[in-house]
Amino acid sequence: MLKYALKRILLLIPTVLGITLFIYFIMSLVPGDPAAMLAPQEATAEEIEALRVSMGLDKPMLIQYLRYIWNVLQGDLGVSWFTKKSVAAELVNRLPYTLTLGVMSTLIASIISIPLGTLTAVKHNTLADYVVTFLCLFFSAMPNFWLAILLQINFSLNTGWLPAFGMGTPAHYVMPVIAVCASSIASNTRSTRTWVLDVIRSDYVRTARAKGANEVTVVMKHALRNALLPIITGLGSSFAGVLGGSVVIETVFAIPGVSTYLTTAVGVRDMPIITGCIMVISIFVGIVNLLIDLLYSVIDPRVKYE
Amino acid sequence: MENILEIKNLKVQYNTDEAVVYAVNGLSLELAKGEILGLVGETGAGKTTTALSIMNLLPDAVAEVTGGEIIYNGKNVFGMSKSELRDLRGSEVSMIFQDPMTSLNPVMTVNDQIEEVLKIHNPQMTKAERDKRVADILSLVGIAPERGKSFPHQFSGGMKQRVVIAMALVAEPSLLLADEPTTALDVTIQAQILTLMKELEEKLGTSMIFITHDLGIVAEFCQSVAVIYGGEIIERGTVEQVFACTDNHPYTSSLFQCIPDLETDEARLKPIPGFVLDPRTVPKGCPFADRCEHCTERCRTEKPAVQYVEEGHFIKCHLFEGRRHDV
Repeated sequence: MLKYALKRILLLIPTVLGITLFIYFIMSLVPGDPAAMLAPQEATAEEIEALRVSMGLDKPMLIQYLRYIWNVLQGDLGVSWFTKKSVAAELVNRLPYTLTLGVMSTLIASIISIPLGTLTAVKHNTLADYVVTFLCLFFSAMPNFWLAILLQINFSLNTGWLPAFGMGTPAHYVMPVIAVCASSIASNTRSTRTWVLDVIRSDYVRTARAKGANEVTVVMKHALRNALLPIITGLGSSFAGVLGGSVVIETVFAIPGVSTYLTTAVGVRDMPIITGCIMVISIFVGIVNLLIDLLYSVIDPRVKYE
Repeated sequence: MENILEIKNLKVQYNTDEAVVYAVNGLSLELAKGEILGLVGETGAGKTTTALSIMNLLPDAVAEVTGGEIIYNGKNVFGMSKSELRDLRGSEVSMIFQDPMTSLNPVMTVNDQIEEVLKIHNPQMTKAERDKRVADILSLVGIAPERGKSFPHQFSGGMKQRVVIAMALVAEPSLLLADEPTTALDVTIQAQILTLMKELEEKLGTSMIFITHDLGIVAEFCQSVAVIYGGEIIERGTVEQVFACTDNHPYTSSLFQCIPDLETDEARLKPIPGFVLDPRTVPKGCPFADRCEHCTERCRTEKPAVQYVEEGHFIKCHLFEGRRHDV
């Protein structure tokens, strides 16, 4: 298992190389010249050209990429073209916010959606099931920024219970986490219901009942564990989604996270930031996927990694 | 002799989106203490549904008991509370399921799955006692006890079947429902399992309903036979009475004719003409009427009543009206 984990971590290297190369390729296709954007308004064509040469933009895309990778290998993620600040330092500052948001919302989503989904599977086609199904549809249809604004109006503006934006205290996390995990609770509750329902009709669950096991044991011990694999896969991808895709939430709540950093950089084609962010995000997604795969083998003895 | 089980006029239907399937239609059956009954019938005749009904284990989303009752030791299983049912299942009545491939939980070790029965029904047992029982029952069904730490997927089909059997036997039930327990096994293992079950009956006086479509096994292993067709028992008697082939329901006769005779040189097997009864309809008359060579107009319109041809041997067929010879 250790060997497998090591192999998977080593496999991250070509993955990250591929992803960053792809980013360089895509960005080279995007029209517009970063040097022209960066140069002062009154700069002449020569000055812009000189700037382009100094940034290395006159070289072919592949050379630019190799030069970047060479620097990364030496531990240098470069500086932002615009602010001239170190990308690595900025990421170290921002990553904790995004990671906390991701970990907390995924944890809370699992704590709520797995029991709720199991309950609706056990009580399927009853009133409780219909109510939960309705709520799930409601929350997965509601855009998260809208939920965020509603939360701000109710819990900050009208009541003053929670800080409306910014970061710092644990209270700052409450509303962003709710806004992020509402839709993932909704979708994971539904998928848990489906998977548990699937397992609960299987022969071995009937065997468990035939042994005289009580309903709680039947569901918790026999059904849920077998349904858990696809459920944690869903939760894992929710986590990955938060890392790169919570830009709207970070903007609404003014959280200085990785997503806003990345999106702002894309707008001005700040390549060191874009590649730096994507590299870090893909490493984390890779690690989460690895953890989920390792969890598979813990849950299901049929899954063995050599 | 005292009856351990009485099924009275049981009716079970499955309500699916496409159709209503009438699986069991007024089935009545009595089982004496210590009796081994072979329940014989084609696929879809209602054998498994009957067995599941006895444990009140029908899938409640689709199955519906529309009539009748099942009395186990004087109590109607359909009237039992949840906790009474839990006490019944696994310790009083246990079932060997038909499909060993899917009947075991893939994420639990074999030991844990067998031990669970003891944990539920013998809470006073210590861990060491339980381990001992599990090891004993595993060696009894021919599996080395140290293999118990394995998971079902590490077992062959025949071994899984033996685990299922061990699980059903470990709490020493009073009534064992064996749903084609040997279908998945090769002949040598089949013989071992049958011997094992026979020993259990002799040692503990376990009553059994042995569901099969193998008449050979019935002749060898069972004391009595019930033939099921279209969700009702159409013939019931001791093995000697039924296999004597003097008086048989036309369906039973044709079942016997399906067995190739080794003495004569026959090129082809003799199948029963026609098809199994469409379970979406309940015939007004005899369920076998359409396939029966003796079928009369009366058979199609009037349900035949139970006709005793001798003590303990009845046939549900108009042909046998007033044919009892020992009175």
